[in-house]
Amino acid sequence: MKNQHKAPAFEGLTHLEIEEINAEMGHYENKTAVSIESLKIVQKHRGWVSDASLVAVARLLDMSPAQLEGVATFYNLIYRQPVGKTVILYCNSVSCWMLGAEKIRERLCQHLKVKLGEMSADGEYTILPIACLGACDHAPVLMVGDQLKLDVTDNVVNEILGR
Amino acid sequence: MEKMDKPLTKNMMPDRAFATLADYESTGGYQGLHKAITQLQPKEVQQWVKDAGLRGRGGAGFNTGIKWSLVPLENAPPYDKTQTRYIVINADEMEPGSFKDRFLLEHDPHQLIEGIIIAAYAIQARTAYIFLRGEYHVAAARLTQALLEARAKGYLGEPILNSDFKLDIHLHTSAGRYICGEETALLNALEGKRATPRAKPPFAVVSGLWGRPTVVNNVETLCNVPHILHYGVEWYQSLGRGADKGTKLFGASGRVKHPGLWELPMGTPIREIIEDHAGRMQDGYQLRGFLPGGASTDFLLPEHLDVLMDFDAVAKVGSRMGTGTIIVLDDKTCPVQMVLNLEEFFAQESCGWCTPCRDGLPWTVTLLKDIINGQGRMEDLDTLTGLTRMLGPGNTFCALAPGAMEPLQSALKYFREDFERYIVGSKAVVEQT
Repeated sequence: MKNQHKAPAFEGLTHLEIEEINAEMGHYENKTAVSIESLKIVQKHRGWVSDASLVAVARLLDMSPAQLEGVATFYNLIYRQPVGKTVILYCNSVSCWMLGAEKIRERLCQHLKVKLGEMSADGEYTILPIACLGACDHAPVLMVGDQLKLDVTDNVVNEILGR
Repeated sequence: MEKMDKPLTKNMMPDRAFATLADYESTGGYQGLHKAITQLQPKEVQQWVKDAGLRGRGGAGFNTGIKWSLVPLENAPPYDKTQTRYIVINADEMEPGSFKDRFLLEHDPHQLIEGIIIAAYAIQARTAYIFLRGEYHVAAARLTQALLEARAKGYLGEPILNSDFKLDIHLHTSAGRYICGEETALLNALEGKRATPRAKPPFAVVSGLWGRPTVVNNVETLCNVPHILHYGVEWYQSLGRGADKGTKLFGASGRVKHPGLWELPMGTPIREIIEDHAGRMQDGYQLRGFLPGGASTDFLLPEHLDVLMDFDAVAKVGSRMGTGTIIVLDDKTCPVQMVLNLEEFFAQESCGWCTPCRDGLPWTVTLLKDIINGQGRMEDLDTLTGLTRMLGPGNTFCALAPGAMEPLQSALKYFREDFERYIVGSKAVVEQT
C-alpha cells in the first residue's frame, strides 16, 4: 500500500485525497471496503461527489463506476449534486414532528427562498430532511453543518440565518 | 464503589463535558479488563456475561454471553490464531425516538472501549470496528481521542496488559441509512457495499464480515460488560427489578414536562419513567398512548403504565421494550398522522431489497395519506390490516418491515375510531399543531 502514496494522482483526485483514502485501506481486508470512506473524503474536500470524482474513485479502488454509483446513491449523506456551503439537516422523525419540525422547515425554506433539497441562490445553504438525530429530549432539532442545534425555536432559526 | 446502582452513568457529571481516561480510571475504569485478561480464560468471560443475564440493548434482547459462545473457539489456548474473528460495534443509532447510545458515546467513551476490548478477548478477535452514525460528529471526535489515550496507556495495540492478546479498534463513520442498524446490512456497509441485509443462516457469529466469525453488539450492551467483570455477576443480577438483570438507559420524549434519559434498573415500571422522571404530561395535555421503545414498537395505552420495562413483560402486553426510549402520544396529536410520519420514515429507509417491504411500505403511506386527505374508504382499513400481515414476520428478508407494521397494527387496534372519523367525513379529532 505504501508505494501508492508516491503514485501519480489519479485523474480527478488530488494527492491529499489519495493519501487519505490509502490511509483508510490498511484497516480493511480489501479495497472495496473503503468505498464509502473514499466518497466521504472526496466530499469533505469538494462539497459533493461529481461524476468525474466518482469515476476516479472507482478506478482507484478497482471497482466499476456503476458499482460505486450503486453505493453512492444508497447512502443519505453522499451528495451526488452540488450542495450549499452549509447543509442544514432538519429532523423530520416522530418526536421532532410532534413538537413542530414542520414549522421550523417552513421557516427555513421561507427565509432562504428554497424548497427542500434546493440550494439557496447565494450558494450558502441547502436544506435536507434527516431521520432522527438522536436528541429527541430536545426536539425539535437541526444539524447545521456539523453542529447539532437543540430545542429549535424561531429565534434559533433567525440566529442561524442571521449571521 | 459509590453510585453502584448506576454503573453506566456514574462518570457523567454536570460540570464536565465527558469523562477523560483519568476520570474513567479513577472510578474503577479498566479494572474489569485487568481481571478478564489476567485471571480469566475467554470462555470464562463468556460464561460470566451469560450468567449475569445481560441481554442485547439494541432492542432484540438476545443473551450477550450466549451470542459470544456461538463463535467457533476452542476451550483452551492457543485459540487458533490463524483464524480471523471480528467484533463490530453497532453505534448506528437511528431508530426514531432513540437517543441513548449517543449519550453513552459522547460522555464516557472509555466505558465503551473497555467493553469492546473485553468482548474481543472473550471471542479472541484481533480487530474491532465501531460502526458509528455519520451525524454523530461529537461522538466521533471523543472516541478518536479516547482510542489514542487507550493505545498510549497499553490497553490497545500489543500486547495488552503484558498478555499475549492484542487488539486494534477502527472507527468507521457511516454515510447514513437506517437499515445499517440491521446486523447483516451493517456488515455489507462495512465491506463498502449497499447496506442490504443478508440471508440468515448463516448467522454472523459463524460467517459475518468477509465471511469470518463476527459478533455485532450494541453500544449500550458493551458498556455493561466492564462492570460485570469488575463488580461480579451477583452484583449485576441484584440490579434488576423484574426478570431482566442490570440497569438500562430509559428515556421519554414528546409532550412530557421533562423529556430526558435516566439510568434505572431493568424492570422499572413505565409509570415511574413517565410520571416520576419525565414529570408527567405538559399542562393541558393528556396521555393518550406511547411507543415503549422507539418507532418500531407497538403502541401501548395508559392502562399499561404499570407494566415493567423488561423484555418479556412488555412483550406480554403486545409490544416490545426495543431501545427503552418511550415516545409519548398526547391527546392533541392525531395518532393517524403520527403513524403516517412513522411509515414515511420506514418507506424512505427501506433498502428495496425485498418486494413486500419495497412496495408494501409506500402503499401503506399512500393509503394513510388518502385517509387523512378525506379520500379514504372503510375497505382501506382492511387493506392496511392485510398489509400488517403481509409485511409481518416471516415474509421479508429482515425485521425492518415487520417493525414498521408494529405501530400501524396497534394503532388500528387502539385508535380505530380516529381512522374511521377521517373516512366518514368529519375532521380529525384535533388539528395537528
